[in-house]
Amino acid sequence: MWVKEKIKKLYGVIFWVALWQLMAMKIGKEVLLASPAATFRALTDLMGQPAFWHTIAFSLTRIMLGFTLAVLRGVVLAVLSAAFTPVKDLLSPLFSVIKAVPVASFIILLLLWVRGGNLSICISFLMVLPVVYNNMLQGLLRVDKNLLEMAKVFRLSAKKQILYIYLPQVLPYFIAACTTSLGLCWKSGIAAEVIGMPSGSLGNRLYETKLYMETAQMFAWTVVIVLISFVVEKGFLWLLSKINDKITKGFL
Amino acid sequence: MRIEIKNLYKSYDGTPVLENFSLNITDEKTVCFMGASGRGKTTLFSIIMGLIKADSGEITGTEGQKFSAVFQEDRLCEELSALMNLAIVQDNPDKDRLTELLLSVGLEEDEIRRPVTELSGGQKRRVAIMRAMVNRSDIVLMDEPFKGLDDATRAQVINRVKDNLDGRMLLVITHDEEDARLLGADVVYI
Repeated sequence: MWVKEKIKKLYGVIFWVALWQLMAMKIGKEVLLASPAATFRALTDLMGQPAFWHTIAFSLTRIMLGFTLAVLRGVVLAVLSAAFTPVKDLLSPLFSVIKAVPVASFIILLLLWVRGGNLSICISFLMVLPVVYNNMLQGLLRVDKNLLEMAKVFRLSAKKQILYIYLPQVLPYFIAACTTSLGLCWKSGIAAEVIGMPSGSLGNRLYETKLYMETAQMFAWTVVIVLISFVVEKGFLWLLSKINDKITKGFL
Repeated sequence: MRIEIKNLYKSYDGTPVLENFSLNITDEKTVCFMGASGRGKTTLFSIIMGLIKADSGEITGTEGQKFSAVFQEDRLCEELSALMNLAIVQDNPDKDRLTELLLSVGLEEDEIRRPVTELSGGQKRRVAIMRAMVNRSDIVLMDEPFKGLDDATRAQVINRVKDNLDGRMLLVITHDEEDARLLGADVVYI
């Protein structure tokens, strides 16, 4: 069953890569549409250069730092909002504004305030924060009141309530928030780097390929961004499922 | 232990559900509360456990007492196994004893390790009943605990309840006089 599913997925990938190759052959100009083969060659060339790995490390650490800070802040603010309605009322207009403002406006505004190297941290933070906050708040507000009443009667400690009542019920909301925002923070973080052009960043390298019309390299960098985004998302979800298993299967 | 309930009155939106209800329960007795639906039995239990307040009247003898309960709904942590649901209401859970207890009410070895969301209604009910029994409490309250259990299972579960009561007071809401008979309980009609 599992193998069948994987083959199905692989079949889809092969179809689209083949179509891409055919279109590149039809157009016949690598500068307009690099073929999968040319992209693969550019990618292997890049992987041989130490600067390639430095570039990935530069952007990965910054974007993930923004993501981590936003997750931590979003969770804390959601807990406070769920516990105190005035906090929720105070934060509600702020998050509505953050969600509505285009990412380009934030990038241009932040360019005035922060160094280019830190721009992707700020942008990924701003993109992730409202998603995590809203999802977590929804999850916390929907925690089963009957279970909380049960916890009160059985005198469950705060630690047990958090581990066995809140966490299992809020975790699906948290996972949904992280899945959505991981993709979002990568796209917006790279976009910020393309505009802010911090030296040695993925966004900057992407911009340079456009400047020098190196389409195959541009495709190669894009593949790298997609792969990193995919690996980070899968890794994060794997980690969360392990934590969930540890809690629910616990000591027994 | 002695619980005194004096002139308890509770209404919802102006409609009284408990009207000047009084009762004395002495010693470690088992008492079954019977009566038609809507007569305030569940409300009475909620007031005894301190989950809601009466409009007037008073209850004495419950101050500082520890409760465990079987609610009308199972109120289990659905993602946790049956074993974990019992373990979390204990300070130092004894895995072997909890396993033995769950097996004694007809659950299978593999069922007690599955998330309770995968269990049937009757199995969940038995887990909820055993959770109330393993919690270190002074008073056990059960709201229609045996609803949905077949006769043989009910008798089996009631025996386990009696075995694990350890002299505690047991208050049970039921519509079935057979429950009271099997429990050897006094009956109070509301």
